[in-house]
Amino acid sequence: MSDIKEIGCEEALRHLFEYLDRELDGARHAEMEQHLHTCRACYSRAEFERHLKGKLGAVGKEPAPPEFELRIKNLLRRF
Amino acid sequence: MSVLADKDPKPSTMTDADRAFFEQEITGLLDRLYGTALRLSKNRADAEDLVAETVTKAWANFGSLHDRQCFRGWLFRILTNTFLSECRKTAPLSIEALAEAQGEDEEPAFSLFDRLHQPFLLWWGNPEQEFLNKVLQQDLQKAVDALPKVFRVPVILSDLQGLSYQEIAETLGVPVGTVRSRLNRGRSQLQKALWQHAQEAGLKHAPATDKESSPISQTGEHHERH
Repeated sequence: MSDIKEIGCEEALRHLFEYLDRELDGARHAEMEQHLHTCRACYSRAEFERHLKGKLGAVGKEPAPPEFELRIKNLLRRF
Repeated sequence: MSVLADKDPKPSTMTDADRAFFEQEITGLLDRLYGTALRLSKNRADAEDLVAETVTKAWANFGSLHDRQCFRGWLFRILTNTFLSECRKTAPLSIEALAEAQGEDEEPAFSLFDRLHQPFLLWWGNPEQEFLNKVLQQDLQKAVDALPKVFRVPVILSDLQGLSYQEIAETLGVPVGTVRSRLNRGRSQLQKALWQHAQEAGLKHAPATDKESSPISQTGEHHERH
């Protein structure tokens, strides 16, 4: 653990969304994880953003109306 | 777009296994395709045409997809590009793109979490958790729909569809740094809209004892939980 650089809250918050989006490289990701394990304020913020992101994910899914489902089925049948 | 007759797909040399794979993937992803199309186009008829056109284009180009593990990202890229090319036909010079070029990067990011943490809300045990429990899917939909297209598209691709920054960059034909910047600004605007909506709906004055009342849906309308 000693080779993981310690980061402050400001830096952690700057990279928070990239961390949640799994866009950080291994070293930076580890720095974030370590900071979030030791800082309650940043951990709470990260959990909030994670849950909000999860709720947004559900917005991208909408049951297709039956008649539209049929339209797509008919389309697929012609391929 | 209007409700168009679906075009005949190109004749294909695909095998039965290819067809089965394609059909299974499309069927499995249909709700996601439709949900994304709906948030992009913001109306049902256009969303349906957009998905139908995407499926047709995807089948016509299926032979060029070498790695089927990438099917999902590839399909959503076709969906987004189809939407964007349709937009370019109707509005070749986007006002939003011009507004973006003016740049507002110096504007500090808006944090909904920080707003919810303000002392006047501390009568809630855990205001941010309370917010997450009570925010409705339609509140989120409205906030996404209200974003300017230049920010809405990357937010949809990242937060709603889980595409990587690289995939979004390739889809939009912009550098990864631009994707990061548009996502930051889009999320900031989205959180600001959610906060404003929460305030308008009475979050500040919601009775602390009424656990069933939604502080962000007390607008007099009937809301359904999804």
